[in-house]
Parts: sequence; C-alpha cells; structure tokens
Amino acid sequence: MSERNDLTRRRVIKTGAAAATAAAATPYFFSRASAGNHTGYLNAPTGSSVTLGFNVPQSGPYADEGADELRAYELAVEHLNGGGDGGMMGTFSSKALKGNGILGKKVEYVTGDTQTKSDAARASARSMIEKDGAIMITGGSSSGVAVAVQALCQEAGIIFMAGLTHSNDTTGKDKKANGFRHFFNSYMSGAALAPVLAKNYGKDRKAYHLTADYNWGYTTEEAVKASTEALGWETVSAVKTPLTQTDFSSYIAPVLQSGADTLVLNHYGGNMVNSLTNAVQFGLRDKQVNGKDFQIVVPLYSRLMAKGAGANVKGIFGSTNWHWSLTDEGSKAFVKSFGTKYGFPPSQAAHTTYVQTLLWADAAERAGTFNPCGIAEALEGYKFDGLGNGATEYRAEDHQCFKDVLVVKGKDNPTSEFDLLEIVEITPRAQVEYAVDHPMFAGGDLGSCNPGA
Amino acid sequence: MLGIEKRDLSLLVIVAILAFCAPFILNPFPTGSAMAQFNAGYPDLMQRFVIFGILAIGFNILFGLTGYLSFGHAAFLGLGSYSAVWMFKLLGYNVLPGIVLSVVVAGLFALLIGYISLRRSGIYFSILTLAFAQMTFAIAYSDLFGKMLGFSLTNGETGLQVYTSDPQYFHSDSAPNIPHLFGQEMQSTFTWDVAGWSFDFNFGYYMCALIMLVMFYLSIRIFRSPFGLMLMAIKTNQTRLNYTGLNSRPYTLAAFVISGMYAGLAGGLLASMDPLAGAERMQWTASGEVVLMTILGGAGTLIGPILGAGFIKYFENIFSKINEKVLHSWFDFLPESLEYGVVWVLEHFVGSGWHLTLGLLFMLIVIFLPGGLVEGGQKLAALFHRKKTEDTPADGAKTPAE
Repeated sequence: MSERNDLTRRRVIKTGAAAATAAAATPYFFSRASAGNHTGYLNAPTGSSVTLGFNVPQSGPYADEGADELRAYELAVEHLNGGGDGGMMGTFSSKALKGNGILGKKVEYVTGDTQTKSDAARASARSMIEKDGAIMITGGSSSGVAVAVQALCQEAGIIFMAGLTHSNDTTGKDKKANGFRHFFNSYMSGAALAPVLAKNYGKDRKAYHLTADYNWGYTTEEAVKASTEALGWETVSAVKTPLTQTDFSSYIAPVLQSGADTLVLNHYGGNMVNSLTNAVQFGLRDKQVNGKDFQIVVPLYSRLMAKGAGANVKGIFGSTNWHWSLTDEGSKAFVKSFGTKYGFPPSQAAHTTYVQTLLWADAAERAGTFNPCGIAEALEGYKFDGLGNGATEYRAEDHQCFKDVLVVKGKDNPTSEFDLLEIVEITPRAQVEYAVDHPMFAGGDLGSCNPGA
Repeated sequence: MLGIEKRDLSLLVIVAILAFCAPFILNPFPTGSAMAQFNAGYPDLMQRFVIFGILAIGFNILFGLTGYLSFGHAAFLGLGSYSAVWMFKLLGYNVLPGIVLSVVVAGLFALLIGYISLRRSGIYFSILTLAFAQMTFAIAYSDLFGKMLGFSLTNGETGLQVYTSDPQYFHSDSAPNIPHLFGQEMQSTFTWDVAGWSFDFNFGYYMCALIMLVMFYLSIRIFRSPFGLMLMAIKTNQTRLNYTGLNSRPYTLAAFVISGMYAGLAGGLLASMDPLAGAERMQWTASGEVVLMTILGGAGTLIGPILGAGFIKYFENIFSKINEKVLHSWFDFLPESLEYGVVWVLEHFVGSGWHLTLGLLFMLIVIFLPGGLVEGGQKLAALFHRKKTEDTPADGAKTPAE
C-alpha cells in the first residue's frame, strides 16, 4: 500500500497552503446578502411583482386550520390586487391600500407545508426566502413552529407575521424585532375567561387541569390558573398529556377521585376534540361534586374544534380571537367575501391571517418601502380599526396586538353546522392588558430590526 | 494517488466536481421561466443535499458493509444538533467547537447504544435501535432531563435555540450574530446573475461540501481496508466467521460507532447552517428516511447513498411546494374542463401529497432496480458500453464501487 500512497509531507504542506489561501480569499467572494443587496435589504423586489411566503400546516394535527389559513391568504392576495369585493379593505381605518397591489407592485405568493414541525417549517421558510425571494413570511398554526420560524426570520432579515399562535412566549420570552402577532394569547384568555367563569360557576370552585405537554399548554395553564385563583378558585391538580395522545380516558378517570368540580382542558385542535369527547362520555357533566354541577372549561376555542366535538361542546365556556357571527362592519364584510368565494364562513385562523396580510401590506404602503425596518416602524404602536376586533393597537414594546377578547359558549340549539358558538361577552381591551415586563412574559429581548443586508 | 485505486479516485473526483459545480447543475432553468419551479440550487437545499449525503454515507458503512439495519440513526443526528446548539449557547457562534462536540457526543451514545443493541442481530437489532431512538426522541421532546435538572436542556417542542441572554463566553462584538467560521458567516452568499440565470454560491454550502468530500474519502478508505473486508465478511456469513474463532462484535461495534459519528457530524452541520435543534429530527420517520435514502441510491455502493439523499431531499423540498395555482398555470393551455380534471388528479401527487409520489417512485425503483439508482446508472452505462466493446458483459449485480 505504501508505494501507491504518495501523500508525502511535502504534498500535504503544499495542499494545506493552497487551502489556507483559498480560505483567506473567501470573505471577498461571499458577500452577506443574496439578491438585491444594493437596495439595502434582503429580497428587495426588482420586477413588477412582490412575493409573499405562506407557510402553513398542510399535513399533521393542525391541517384543518392550515387549509383555512391558506384560503384566507388567497383571498387577501385577491383583494390586494383589486379582485373580488375588497373585503375588509373597505372597512379598514387606514385607506392607504388602493387595490393595485402593494406600492404599485402586483402581489404574488408561494406556499409551503410546515407539517407542524419546527424543522420542516424552517426549511420551508428558508426555501421561500432563498429560492423564491419572499419579502415576508406568514403563517403557522402552532406556537412551537411560530417561535422557530420567527427566530429564523429575525436571523435572515425578513418580516414574520405570525398566524395562529396563542402561547405567551411568541411575544414574551421568544419575541423578536422582525416578528408581529395579531392573535391574542394565553394571558388574555385567562383574564377574559375568569370573571365570566366566576359569575356563572361561583368563586369557590376546585379546578383540575389537563394540559397539552408543550409550550402553549404550559403558558395557558399558568395563565388560567393565575386568573382563576385570583378570584378564589382552587387548583387541585394539573396533569400534562402528550401532544400525540388520542385517547384521554386514563387521564379523565382520576379527575372524579380528586374532589375537583371543574375540569379545565388546556388542549387545542384534535387533542381538545378527543379529551372533551372522553370527558363527556365518562358522564362528567352529569355528576355532582361538592354539591355543585360538574363543569368543563376550554380556554382556547375555535369553530373547527367545536365542529369536531359536535354536541359535546354545548354550554361549554371558552375564549376566542374572533368569531364569524360578530356584527361589526369589518367582520360582516370579511364573512361575506370569504363565504362568496368558498361557500362557508371563515374560522378565527383564517381571520387572523387575512388581517395580518392586510396589516403588513398597509404598513408597506404607509412606509413607502418593503424594507423590513421601515415596515416594522410603521407597525409599531400603530392604532387601527375596522378589521373585526374593534379598536386595536400593535404595541411597540413586544409587537403584540391589544384588542377586545371574545368569551364564547357552545350553543345549545345550533341552527347550522357552522353556528356552534355564541358570544357571551366581549371583554374590553383594558381588562386583558398587561405590562411588558409581566412575569409571564419576562425574559425576552426584542433585539433590533434586521433588514438582512 | 491519496492511497486509493484509480477507479475510486475517479469516483472521488466526479463527486468533487458535482459538489463544487452544484450551484450550476441544480439551477438549469432561467429564474423567470416556468421551469424555475424545479430549480434546486438555493443555499438551504444544497446544504441539505450534502449534509444528508454525509448521514447516508455513514449509514452505509454500517448497513452497506455489515448488513446491520439500524432504525435509530436519527437519534445521533438529533444529539449532534443539540450538542452544536449548546456550544453556540455557551461558547459563541463559531461552528468549530459545535461540530467537534457533536461528533464526540454522537460517538459516545453510539458506543452505549451499540454495545447493548449489537448483542442481537437481524430484526431484533433493528427493533432495539428503533426503541433507543424513540426513547431519545421522547426524552428530548418532553425535555425530561431538563425538567429534572431544573433548566431547559432541549426546550421541548419548540426546539433548542440561542437567545441573546445566553452566556456565549467567546462571543465578541465584532463577531457576527449568526453561525460563522472565524468571522465568515454560514449564510453569506454570492449571487452571480448572468443572462437570466442566477447562481448562488453559499459559504456554508461549500464548507459542508468540503467536509462531505473528506467523509466520502474516509468511507472509500474504510471500504477498501482490511477492516472493511472484515465487515463485508460479517454481512456475507457471520456464523461462519464466528466458527473460525473470530470475535466479530468489536468490528460491528466499531462500524456502528463510526456510522453514529457520521450522523452526529451531519447533525452538527445541520445546526450550524440553521441554529435550531428540534426533537422532530430524532423521530422514527427521520430514521426511516435514512434507510430509504440508502436503499434508493444503492446500499453497499459508495456513491449510492449520496444520490439517494439528494433524490429524497429534492422531492421533499421541490414537490411539496407545487400548489394548485402552479398546476393551473402549467395546464392553462388545455380546455377548462380538462384543465380542472388534470389539476384535480395531479394535486394529489404534489404539495402535501409529495409522499405519495415518493412512495410510488420508491416502489418502482425497488421492483425494477433492486440495486437502487446506482444500478440504473450502470444499466445505462452498460447500454452505451456494449456498443463499443462486445466482450465486456454488463454485470448489474456488481457495482463499480466494489
């Protein structure tokens, strides 16, 4: 072997020297940003169109929400380009958008599948940024994914408009300067829900929590616990359930032995549908504990979930970001154009993603640029109305929208397969507002805006 | 040259040329054209090609040579990623310590898991490795050890990431705030626009490609060494080998650890290109993907796993992004009813249905080309070769690599 092994010391040194020269020369070859760094930010649109990246779960447990988000995005693009009836663009308090695209550029989009996995979501987002030249990424139907993609957008220098993400961390410990959230969060759910629960069920309840074992579950449990305990409730026990769990019987059985008279299901999507169905099958709602009727509460509700759980949701309280039965002008316009196009009313996921797209477009129009820093500046502290939630503000300090929160209840006599929830109370913004350094949101750092070039 | 035969050297040179010209090869269509949808020459995907290439090369050392089918290689990939991100958190964004630690950690875990699992062979070995991998996945996903120790070790479902509040002891203000190698950022890209085409030359990609070439060379040396020969003997007939009085377990264990270290390296690189480590990359589907890559490309061949890795990653990233709108734009020349019909059929095979397309292709390849893509290449080569020299018969079963 030694005779054909001509890897001599002399050769090694020569090769090493060549490699070192090449390594030293690379900084002059590779420059920081890819296309269009001459304009000062990443992926600056050069042609007559601008590309947005819609990154939603098309497979996995949140695929239903993802499909509805995608419908809303397509509707928003249609409206921005002047198609359809304009939807909420007509009711939006800002009149910067004219229906001729954004800053005169036609809106194009690319889609991707997050698979509700952080890795896949980031790969998909990176391909949108690097291959398709997307100038903004939006979507996500899980807080884990939203946090992961938000961090990616911060590193890359792209604006991220979060879709359905309810965890406190998205605008709390994981907040980023390039990320914005319109959706409400766990804290707001707790703050809105607790007074209604106290009014209906009394102030001396013993609660038992079942919590999805991940980021969103923790913050929701923490928020609901804190706000109900402040009103006199007692938390008997809080049990974590795996996200992949489909049968919750073994978790429901110990509830009755615990002496609790209220079950709080910190579950979302398919999890909630299964756990609620199990709880009802076990006859929990017909039981009497401590001389009171046993009750079930679902902090985060959505119409898609109510549909999945069927008759089991009747009379059960929860909170939601938006509901199609709202009667303000914005909601009516949105429900009308969504219904005309797809034949059924939009979900809250569809609403928040539609609004996020409009808000971003409007910010670009007002800022007069697609530069992420310009857009971020236009969004920070921005007050608007007419997008279905009443007067709303994008708080500058943590990029969270502050607005009224809906407390809803499963309808006893639904009139159609979409008419499943009724609005019990519209909790005013002041009641759900919190300080930026609230303990549930502490530990994060917004950092500074990154234009990517 | 380099201590390998001429034939292997030419294979190495071909792989090197392919790797360095990848930005051109993978972007054959002009940016504005309708076919640009099929371009794969953007940094993220190119990086994935070579990183998963490394993973598959390593897996092939175990599966291709010894025949031990590990169903838990994703565990090492994930461990590598977590180690690298922890180095970013503690030391700073220079990727070097992270990559080194990822190899070391994966090696140690491979030693432990291999020591236990290799007491059995065949299906029992596969199931044991699968069990270990699922165990590590569950531990990482629920952050079990982190909860015990009172801090967040894997950060559960969200995935481990670097925060501005992390110590980063060796981080200086002049250093970039994203993964870099001595100041050269991983995501820095030089884009060369020429006559409608656009080619991306990414630093992170070239670093990974260089490492992949070194790893490929290493795997050639292993294949051609007496050690490699021993591993092949194990695959051929382990019982007979044992009867000759040879203890084969140290050899299988060494192969398992080496291939685990390859996987750890791939994980470390993955985290260096994108500083987030999610538990999903340890899930059994990820382990299965490595097996698919190796079989698809051609198990036991040198270049096969790299081809298989590229094939699967291409499908995952390119086909999953074709949506209804794109299909309509392709077929809008058809009459409307026909267009809707064609789009309705095709949309089940693209977008989130890419798994279906991949499954069909996988079936076709396994049925008609049991030796994987490499066998397909050989059959093609033989077809052209036969015309010139009639005396060399095409031998599909044998690979040029062996």
